[in-house]
Amino acid sequence: MNEVMNNRVLLEVNHLSKHFQLGPNQTLRAVDDVSFHIWQGETLGLVGESGCGKSTVGRTLLQLYKPTGGEIRFAGERVSDMTERKGHKAYTSQMQMIFQDPYSSLNPRMTVTEIISEGLMIHRPNLAKKERKEQVSALLELVGLSSRQANRYPHEFSGGQRQRIGIARALAVEPSFIVADEPIAALDVSIQAQIVNLLMDLQRQKQLTYLFIAHDLSMVKHISDRIAVMYLGQLVELAASDELYARPLHPYTEALLSAIPLPDPVQEQSRERIVLQGEIPNPLNPPSGCRFHTRCPKAFDICAKEIPSFAEVLPQHYVKCHLYGEKGE
Amino acid sequence: MNQPILTVDGLHVAFHSQRGEVHAVRGVSFCLQKQETLAIVGESGSGKSVTAKAIMRLLPKQSTSIPAGQITYAGQNVLALPPRELQSLRGAEISMVFQDPMTSLNPTMTIGQQLVEGISKHQRLDKAAAYEKAVNMLQLVGIPNAQERIRAYPHHFSGGMRQRVGIAMALACDPKVLIADEPTTALDVTVQAQILELMKSLQQRTGTGIILITHDLGVVANMAQKVAVMYAGEVVETGPIAEIFYRPKHPYTWGLLRSMPRLDAAGNEPLIPIPGTPPDLARQQQGCPFAPRCAHVMKVCKHFSPPLTEVSSGHTAKCWLLDQRAQQQERLAGVAGG
Repeated sequence: MNEVMNNRVLLEVNHLSKHFQLGPNQTLRAVDDVSFHIWQGETLGLVGESGCGKSTVGRTLLQLYKPTGGEIRFAGERVSDMTERKGHKAYTSQMQMIFQDPYSSLNPRMTVTEIISEGLMIHRPNLAKKERKEQVSALLELVGLSSRQANRYPHEFSGGQRQRIGIARALAVEPSFIVADEPIAALDVSIQAQIVNLLMDLQRQKQLTYLFIAHDLSMVKHISDRIAVMYLGQLVELAASDELYARPLHPYTEALLSAIPLPDPVQEQSRERIVLQGEIPNPLNPPSGCRFHTRCPKAFDICAKEIPSFAEVLPQHYVKCHLYGEKGE
Repeated sequence: MNQPILTVDGLHVAFHSQRGEVHAVRGVSFCLQKQETLAIVGESGSGKSVTAKAIMRLLPKQSTSIPAGQITYAGQNVLALPPRELQSLRGAEISMVFQDPMTSLNPTMTIGQQLVEGISKHQRLDKAAAYEKAVNMLQLVGIPNAQERIRAYPHHFSGGMRQRVGIAMALACDPKVLIADEPTTALDVTVQAQILELMKSLQQRTGTGIILITHDLGVVANMAQKVAVMYAGEVVETGPIAEIFYRPKHPYTWGLLRSMPRLDAAGNEPLIPIPGTPPDLARQQQGCPFAPRCAHVMKVCKHFSPPLTEVSSGHTAKCWLLDQRAQQQERLAGVAGG
């Protein structure tokens, strides 16, 4: 929907890893050697099941976690250099986050004005009080709330309205990049569409770039230009959203897509479904070789031994799978 | 048609809260046949779980009242059953699978103890036989190595496995009716697919009637033969699945169907959300509860509750647009088709 080609790369992630040390001999490799880039003005969807590391990717990008390895470049500049030279603030004014749970991500003891203006006070301390108030009112109107609600507390709002407050807070410092971590998962169906439409409108108005993290694949397809699929800490496939849905290459993506129930009884009851056996293996002790081989219906002998490379198999369509290992065809 | 095994007729449920009476369920009626799956869909607060709990008589006595309505199971009035008979109904005849597999099992008891407790309560089996039955149930729901896993505690299991245990417990006494309250909402899609397959295959084997409570229309399309759409404590539309999905008559049902993105649709047309939020059930309602959010609202909607209109066999909806006097009807027929 956005013309993102011929455009510049806003965010580049090279071989990013984030490991958590859980004990002397236990390392959780939540994110392991992940590389991708996001074009300016684009929405990149990041999907995968719980525990696959998608939220950790989002949080590491925002420097909420310090990466264990790899580098992140924002607008061409290494983030670690940027934060060293100009401090953390230079970066956080460019990047903001919208959280999943609109109930726990707003401080219950702060009014809406206080919540939204907190970022302004940090990043634009010279702003007069009156101007700040005006900004807050403008932001509230922008996200579809009324400025009369500015002095209320979060508990006075419904889930959808709270998510709007969270969006206003993220927009307050005028970022160019937003990580939306399951922003609609906690909302009712009829409200989800409201929030998704709002996010898409704001993107158009303010030329925002999104990383949209979710497990609801139909909504991700709707909002994203490209989609990355994650499994056990690694990217397994990355392609334009229509391409990914029309031609999934990785067996995990295929299974994931076929597992989504379609709201159409005739189609739904007649379709062939790939039901994966078992569940996600323990990430503390991931399988050897391709991490998906223990559940893969198409696995063959090499899969348990060698790690497949993340290769561009079709133009702009990357996949990490031995099925597409022979490049020459 | 055969005799339904479970009938709910004009059920009302009210909660006594500090803010006064919250009228959570307002005249809900439906019936369930043998081997049939009835899906109840609606948003949070629409009264779907409260209806389910009323059938199981699980609502707290002090704070709730059921001012009107009847629940009939196999000719018995469930609401009037004395405690002892209720005990033999619950779990044995009607059982329930809960939404959250993390909290619905007792963390201090092994899986086996919990299963055997239910089985030996309802069936005249000695300890060894009950234990054997428990192992069989775990195998049936696809838990590998059931002989050993039966001695494990709930925290040893993953979410999907716990939900399998929950289903095993619910089905252990061969109930005639299974109420599944958002059984897969807490699970990942690939695990959800496994659990739905499991429920369907078990239903085919045992002929259990299932009441499936969900907000996911995809899950409904997969599982159900009949759908009841709930809004603000009322069933606003009910009918066979094809009628609800392809010929919906209530504006709320249209809204639900249109606000979901379609996986198979190309391009990114904007979604059509339902504006506003559901009404506060602590307030007195006048007219149709959906009127403030309805794009097709008429004067009459705000003052008078719409009557139940039968559109076709088994398909009913509560909407003034279906009244013969509603002149907009023809224009709207086009909207519904799209």
